[in-house]
Amino acid sequence: MSVDKNIFRRRRTKQAETVDFHSGKPVHWKSDEQVDHYVATHCCYCGVQCGMYLKVAQGKVVGVEPREDFPLNRGMLCPKGTTAYQTVNHPERLTYPLMRRSGKDSPLERASWDEVLDAIVQRFGGIQQQYGKDAVSVYSGSSLTNEKCYLMGKFGRVALGTRHVDYNGRLCMSSASGANERSLGLDRAANPVSDILHADCVFVIGANIGECFPIVTSYLWQARDRGCKLIVADPRQTPIARTADIFLPLRSGTDSALLNGMLHVIIKEGMLDEEFIRERTVGWQETKALVEQYPPERVAKVCGLRPEAIIEAARTYGRAKAAMIYTARGLEHQSKGVDNGVTAVNLSLATGNFGRPGAGYGTLTGQGNGQGGREVGQKATQLPGCREIENAQDREYICSIWGIDEQDLPHAGYPATLMIPAMLRKELRACLMICSNPMVSLPDQHTVEQALRGLDCFVVIDFFLSETAELADIVLPGSVWAEDEGTTTSLEGRVIKHNRAVDPPGGARVDWQIVCELAQRLGKGQYFQFQSPRDIFDELRLCTKGAKSDYWGITYEKIEQQNGVFWPCPTQDHPGTPRLYEQRFGFPDGRARFHPIPYIPAAEEPDEEYPLVLTTGRVIYHYLSGNQTRRTPFLKEQAPYPWVEMHEQTAAWLDICEGDWVRVLTRRGEMTVPALVVRSIRPDTLFIPYHYGHTQAVNQLTNPVLEPMMKIPEYKVCAASAVRTTEKPAWANDEGVAELIEARKRRRELPSAHARPQPTMR
Amino acid sequence: MLQTVKRIFLDPSRCIGCRSCVAACRECDTHKGESMIYIDYIERSDTVASSPTVCMHCEDPLAPCAQVCPAHAILVSSDGVVQSADETRCIYCENCGYACPFGVPKFHIAQQYMQKCNLCYDRTIQGKGPMCATVCPTQAIFYGAYEDWLAAGRAQQGAKPINDFYFGQQKVHTRNYVVMTSQDEELDLMALVDDVSLTELVEMPEVTAARNADAWVDADSAGIPQREVPSQPWTPRTVPVREPVRATIS
Repeated sequence: MSVDKNIFRRRRTKQAETVDFHSGKPVHWKSDEQVDHYVATHCCYCGVQCGMYLKVAQGKVVGVEPREDFPLNRGMLCPKGTTAYQTVNHPERLTYPLMRRSGKDSPLERASWDEVLDAIVQRFGGIQQQYGKDAVSVYSGSSLTNEKCYLMGKFGRVALGTRHVDYNGRLCMSSASGANERSLGLDRAANPVSDILHADCVFVIGANIGECFPIVTSYLWQARDRGCKLIVADPRQTPIARTADIFLPLRSGTDSALLNGMLHVIIKEGMLDEEFIRERTVGWQETKALVEQYPPERVAKVCGLRPEAIIEAARTYGRAKAAMIYTARGLEHQSKGVDNGVTAVNLSLATGNFGRPGAGYGTLTGQGNGQGGREVGQKATQLPGCREIENAQDREYICSIWGIDEQDLPHAGYPATLMIPAMLRKELRACLMICSNPMVSLPDQHTVEQALRGLDCFVVIDFFLSETAELADIVLPGSVWAEDEGTTTSLEGRVIKHNRAVDPPGGARVDWQIVCELAQRLGKGQYFQFQSPRDIFDELRLCTKGAKSDYWGITYEKIEQQNGVFWPCPTQDHPGTPRLYEQRFGFPDGRARFHPIPYIPAAEEPDEEYPLVLTTGRVIYHYLSGNQTRRTPFLKEQAPYPWVEMHEQTAAWLDICEGDWVRVLTRRGEMTVPALVVRSIRPDTLFIPYHYGHTQAVNQLTNPVLEPMMKIPEYKVCAASAVRTTEKPAWANDEGVAELIEARKRRRELPSAHARPQPTMR
Repeated sequence: MLQTVKRIFLDPSRCIGCRSCVAACRECDTHKGESMIYIDYIERSDTVASSPTVCMHCEDPLAPCAQVCPAHAILVSSDGVVQSADETRCIYCENCGYACPFGVPKFHIAQQYMQKCNLCYDRTIQGKGPMCATVCPTQAIFYGAYEDWLAAGRAQQGAKPINDFYFGQQKVHTRNYVVMTSQDEELDLMALVDDVSLTELVEMPEVTAARNADAWVDADSAGIPQREVPSQPWTPRTVPVREPVRATIS
């Protein structure tokens, strides 16, 4: 049991302000505010899209109230969701446009909307005239509503006329959609989250559900109350791995070997669903022949596991009447992310685990609209509704709705990750970026910085001055989620709606209005005659009519009535499709595909110079690049700076104690972070959370190799070395950080980043 | 009648240490910005295990904090909820802090009075759950009657709520429960303390992370087929040309 004993310190002087017990600092809360009304909406952060009410008083969002009528989270919220409202009135919000008036070296100065919009039109126009339409790119994001994502795709292709439109989902989970499309024919989680309650076994591989999708954890625990077995594969003991029935601490980058090995056991012990394989799949023989060569005894050596554990996991999974597999970035952020996803689907298909309650496979989308963002036509190769940009019929249909000539619709362009080398080659000379922070999120930061700095015109729409916006020539102040309405598609494929609570502060504008205004000034206003997000959604619905992700039957009213609608929903009276693949898979013949996937080692394996594996990931307190959550005081205080997690054996070998400064080096760069010495990680693995920018960014170190099909970078595996250092990084001397480091001394689960402590007695 | 009293059930085995409860407690209008609930990482060097601590609303002895209060600042309402100190009465003597078996009361340094969990009295008297239990993403903090807890299927795998705690000879019976296993009748905290002091000599239990882990070799040595894929760096290797220019807003 606990109490913070510093609380017993008595102060003689009375102070006027309220003091926060946790930090001991004054806070400026008001608790006497009369709430005018509650706005039913959803959280802006991860793909779970929890329902919540925002409290509005005098035109300002002042708090949050749990919303127990939304069936997925029933009032539950994670700490990010609980504090999400604090970004709305945040003092660091951008409230007027910023612009560098005389070149790259001049400061970002306040400008008027007319000035910046004219400048954008003029500079983009000049560049396009001189170097061709494709010299300008659009780099969008997936934490936007479907309406905005759709608008960005249309804006890039119709208003700018460029091929190069892509989005940050490329770095998030594009390999999962690659795997879904190759194996199942549809790119969506197969089951609603509530199906977990019917499962007899849940296999979580490469997904830190406890920290990244906290609400889903409650479904896991409820299933386990019924006796459901939980298998977790992760190089670290994550919160759900701690009590898992089987925990496989596999070496990063060996997921496909493990999954092949498990399938080998399932074949050998006769746990296949022969009828399902015969009736509903194709390509089984090739896959069977391949996994024949992956006996668990050998696979275990590659994965760094005990073979008995793999056999036990395979038996537990294979014997379950209904089993689910959940994957996330751990498996997808690899140079063979698509292959890894396919091997997971192979396992599900071979055991007939599809289309029933509690039987399925799903990838957990990290971004709020990670699902919708990858369907509505902002991907380099895609038109709205998961239509193909190179498919003649799809092109014709979309052009007929947009009212443009087919000749004028650009073809496929560069994926987001390949835009950076194209910028370095001067093939891309300008970029419009929204809802993205590649100066935290892309690997090989030094090169990314060089590419972005080299742009002739770099425009960023954001509501905070992110690490990326700092490099922009023009920054447009956009809106947060509470200032606009629109739909998102959650990780279950449920289309839900965010509602508007307040207006943007000061001179900030709603994102879709900025984009439509720009289109107007670019002379393409007739294609962007939208009066409200509803108009955009109606056009989007029409675009998806009859397509794979069919939104035609979804309306704002229906979302309201049904608490969200699962796509595909082809007609007005269709209730939506919570569970996919009950009768048929997404391919024309209705059958799923097996693909034989041999094991591919990580692009960079440890060697003598770099003997450890560095892996990256998220912590519960931060969302993606941390642009919002690092500005939320409660969250910042919980995880104020990055650290390196290492096993005590490794620490002893390197002569490192908890709290020591450690220089972590890879072939790309180095960074200095405090050490957290634990026994909850593989001894050959280092972990650094990635949410931080500048010299705190672990992506200075990660390996910029790409998956061949979807071009996702390999964030999760690279070779690294670590040495103890006495030299503090410059960021540790910043005033704010120094205070937080001081506060850390009182809490023990994070490295205290202070002087070398006494070793604890064991 | 007693069984229908709504209580908090704390289940550390479900806790993921996210501090959602802490963040939500701070949102309460009566003590905005301050949290009355604690999350501790038990032994971060060994495990990610964490555990919530909140006022247990002691029933027998009834509210030791209130009993030792010389200013009668801590009131117990008729439904057995131990209230936070009445700040107009509290003399900031900190007696309650020493009397509390669980270390719950917090002392408002600046304003000089005690504050503690009052079971979100403003919410619970209107039938709503307390903030912490409502938001808890794993339902490690469950709010409801004992029957509700059973009806939620929590007992199926041998979990059992305990509300008798021993501190040496002193038994404390509380309104709120801590979920243990079916073998447990009560929680003897002094015995736990004795166990802890033995660990210098006792070998630490194996961490789950180590149980199934082993050394590794490459695919050639292991003898499984692999496909060599040429590495595709997406950016040429270069170093930054200039130091970052901090954006200035004039």
